[in-house]
Amino acid sequence: MDARQKEMLLRLMELQFAATELNLYLDTHPDDTRALQEFRMRSQELMSAKMEYERIYGPLLNFGLGMTGRTWQWIQDPWPWEVNWRRS
Amino acid sequence: MWVYQKMLQYPARVRSTNPRLAKAVITQYGGPDGELAASLRYLTQRYTMPIPEAKAALTDIGTEELAHMEIVATLVYNLIRDASIADIKRAGLDGYYADHDKALYFVNAEGAPWVASYIQSKGDPITDIHENMAAEQKARSTYEYLIQLSDDPDVTDTLRFLWQREIVHFQRFGEILNLLHDYYGRERVFHMKGWDPQRIPAVEK
Repeated sequence: MDARQKEMLLRLMELQFAATELNLYLDTHPDDTRALQEFRMRSQELMSAKMEYERIYGPLLNFGLGMTGRTWQWIQDPWPWEVNWRRS
Repeated sequence: MWVYQKMLQYPARVRSTNPRLAKAVITQYGGPDGELAASLRYLTQRYTMPIPEAKAALTDIGTEELAHMEIVATLVYNLIRDASIADIKRAGLDGYYADHDKALYFVNAEGAPWVASYIQSKGDPITDIHENMAAEQKARSTYEYLIQLSDDPDVTDTLRFLWQREIVHFQRFGEILNLLHDYYGRERVFHMKGWDPQRIPAVEK
């Protein structure tokens, strides 16, 4: 996995973490409009970062929820547990 | 239904082969306070939750725990992947190796397999949420012990992330407990045997 793909994945992790955290918060504070606004913003950023990633590296999600190109990239290595995240 | 995302929730880094550390960390995969137990506990309790906030929180936290299970598996896999037979014997992992080679299996730090009796699903939402708050605290303690045991700063970094998540989940479950008390219209007091909530006059709000 090249540096650019790793960098894009790290950005996706960051955005998704923010969205996950806000999602859990909203589950118990559904009327917090500020948190909802923030969630909508993060979610939008996440969606566009995901699309940008998928256009280059293939689908991030299975069962038709990811963007699939002309080849079946889903089976491409590395899988998440095989990525070397060590800082060089 | 569930879908898979081909990425980890957090970049789980491992500095070097360390089967001894793997032997301890694996308890968060298949041990009593591990991520499998957490995930299955919440996902199976959600069916009998009476309020929408609880159904959502159990679904979402149960799902996040699955992502944590994958992170722990990634740590263990990378800690033992390149271990030699000598390394494995030195680390006391020979028993595990005899049964599983270097495959991932749901065991605690001493090799005992995961059992459903680690978790409970009681049907009483107040009881279940109390169980979950205790579970989050037990997992937090376990991560603290693992951080003490860790001699790999990269593994420690990921353990710290997982440790923090237990604290956030505990907070969310505490809020769910309050919402359940509101839903049942009960005062927030501990239940005692023989205690009759009908005898306590309602408080004007």
